[in-house]
Amino acid sequence: MKVSLFATCIVDMFQTDVGKATVELLERLGCEVVFPKGQVCCGQPAYNSGYVKDAKEPMKKMIEAFEDAEVIVAPSGSCAFMFREYPTVFKDDPVYFEKAKKVASKTYELTDFIVNVLNVEDVGAKLEGKATYHPSCHMTRLLGVSESPKKLLSNVKGLEMVDLPNSYNCCGFGGTFSVKMGNISEQMVDEKVDSTLQTGADYLIGADGGCLMNIGGRMQRRGENVKVLHIAEVLNHH
Amino acid sequence: MSIQYNKHTFKDNVEENLNNSFMRGAVVSAQDRLRTGRINAAEELGDWEEWRAHGEEIRQHVLNNLDYYLHELAENVEKAGGHVFFAKTAKDATDYIQEVATKKNAKKIVKSKSMVTEEISLNEALEEAGCTVVETDLGEYILQIDNHDKPSHIVAPALHKNAQQVKDVFVDKLDYNPQKSAEAGELARHVRTTLRNEFLTADIGITGCNFAVAESGSICLVTNEGNAGMVTTIPKTQITVMGMERLVPTFEELEVLVNMLTRSAVGQKLPSYVNVMTGPRKPGETDGPEEFHLVIVDNGRSNILGTDFQSILQCIRCGACVNVCPVYRHIGGHSYNSIYSGPIGAVLTPLLAGYEDYKELPYASSLCGACSEACPVKIPLHELLLKHRERIVEQEGKAPISEAMLMKAFSLGGSSSSIYATGAKIASRVVAPLSKNGKISKGPGPLKAWTEVRDFPAPKKERFRDWFKEHEKGSDK
Ligand code: SF4
Repeated sequence: MKVSLFATCIVDMFQTDVGKATVELLERLGCEVVFPKGQVCCGQPAYNSGYVKDAKEPMKKMIEAFEDAEVIVAPSGSCAFMFREYPTVFKDDPVYFEKAKKVASKTYELTDFIVNVLNVEDVGAKLEGKATYHPSCHMTRLLGVSESPKKLLSNVKGLEMVDLPNSYNCCGFGGTFSVKMGNISEQMVDEKVDSTLQTGADYLIGADGGCLMNIGGRMQRRGENVKVLHIAEVLNHH
Repeated sequence: MSIQYNKHTFKDNVEENLNNSFMRGAVVSAQDRLRTGRINAAEELGDWEEWRAHGEEIRQHVLNNLDYYLHELAENVEKAGGHVFFAKTAKDATDYIQEVATKKNAKKIVKSKSMVTEEISLNEALEEAGCTVVETDLGEYILQIDNHDKPSHIVAPALHKNAQQVKDVFVDKLDYNPQKSAEAGELARHVRTTLRNEFLTADIGITGCNFAVAESGSICLVTNEGNAGMVTTIPKTQITVMGMERLVPTFEELEVLVNMLTRSAVGQKLPSYVNVMTGPRKPGETDGPEEFHLVIVDNGRSNILGTDFQSILQCIRCGACVNVCPVYRHIGGHSYNSIYSGPIGAVLTPLLAGYEDYKELPYASSLCGACSEACPVKIPLHELLLKHRERIVEQEGKAPISEAMLMKAFSLGGSSSSIYATGAKIASRVVAPLSKNGKISKGPGPLKAWTEVRDFPAPKKERFRDWFKEHEKGSDK
């Protein structure tokens, strides 16, 4: 299957390892991965801050870059969800509404794609240690993907999965929220870090770059030893 | 009390409350308890999603036909011998109620919880008219005797206090024996004795209204303490104050919504008391008021009808959204500076009281969607918060200029992939010197707020798209 990779801007600039792992993983699973060149950012930061008009420019670019794709895969729940929301954003624009629908209908978050399109639950990954999983809000509640990552992780050899207390609580990232409401965000991420420490896990795994940057950044600042990993890195570890 | 608590900024309130570890401990444990209760009680109903869809449908139907049902309700209340007053503004409502109090020569008024009376500052108006007003719900009563402390939750107004703090208030204000325990039952018993006399000597009883039933002109009150029953049966005159949207067509819908209300609010299958009253006492009846007034309050609600925000009027004030909100969890109800706290407050307060004082509330959310998921009548709360932001930015022009510029740049960068690619390259060159060991610990501009508490990753030397170009070449070989 030919997969058009929507790398997300966080991956492009900061988490190149996640991008590499995603490509290698998909290729290992028999996909041909292409990177549509015209891609920019999905528009989420502006959109979620109320700058809907400004957000539409990059969104249009994205629609054009991806409209001819066979299937679109993103290693991020919230960015995939943003694509799925495009038809709502362009509901009053006859031209882009149709295109947006096309893009939305073939967009998948990485683990959802592996489990529900490729029908694979064991990717043959191996990682020694104890891990806990943070379910990102947009991915679980809005995109509706919650079981796929857990299934895939449960089949990673050597990895013991433990439950994260209060896992359903937001980590406090929320895009510009983490900056605008910095002190509230700090308390939220601290609770997430504390819950992770309680589990005694070696790894905290997530499927959304923003949340991982937030939790990982706080872990690092507090000098904690838990390693924060994107699920693609875990699934590509063999 | 009006809708607003104080003139502090949102930031000041948050600062104060984030530092209040007592409050935060109480809120966190209450949230965890209420959330689990709600999930269990919802599961017992079978297909909760179907119930939600039904609940939503009922509420939407009412709002889309509000004129019709309000008319029907008013007619039936009058038929049953009651008086109906439509109050366009808060002042219309308080003027009318003051007038009733004066006519009745009322000295003492007992009340049972009603948010709308707080919204319209009814207690102050009555006190001005020379009446003593006694709140009779335990939570409200505690706040009232504790120097008019403010409610911090829409269902459990004294949620920010723990039992020990309540006991301290009682010792201080109600001569509670300090040797006695701080156990909830014991404290409640003490209040019951104190309040009994208030009920017996009150001239007027004032209640809120969970739902009014249009087909019969009845008022339904859902409570756990039984005090609403006393407020509506003992005093000779009863006044019920309701928001204009709080009604259902028939008893059938009432049953559905009461079920959803109690399960969503406190995880109960059924509340201890469901009082349904229709008009004043009729000849031959043994209890109930001699005179009944229904005050239907608009106070900004009709401006919401027919707008993008109409669905917020579906709210049945269960507090489920508050109980799952991770932001409320840390800042508590007082930070919202409004009687409506949590996600419902962040959406509703700016609509009722304007952006001037409340333009920060729509940003007090990480848009995690927990509220929308919990709402029994499917109000898309996080989407409404986004709508507020869009309005603030695009119509009200209230966004900070620096931010607007940044977003313009973002839009420009996003309008062309080559600008985007160059922009990303430049951005990474600009921040590169700030990084040490692959991280940035002290960043400028928007990074400053981030790096105050977290490290920021240094941009990678090789961007992913560059790696991919090389990778592609390799796989072509
Ligand atoms: S918005 Fe929904 S969840 Fe929140 S109080 Fe109203 S009905 Fe309950």
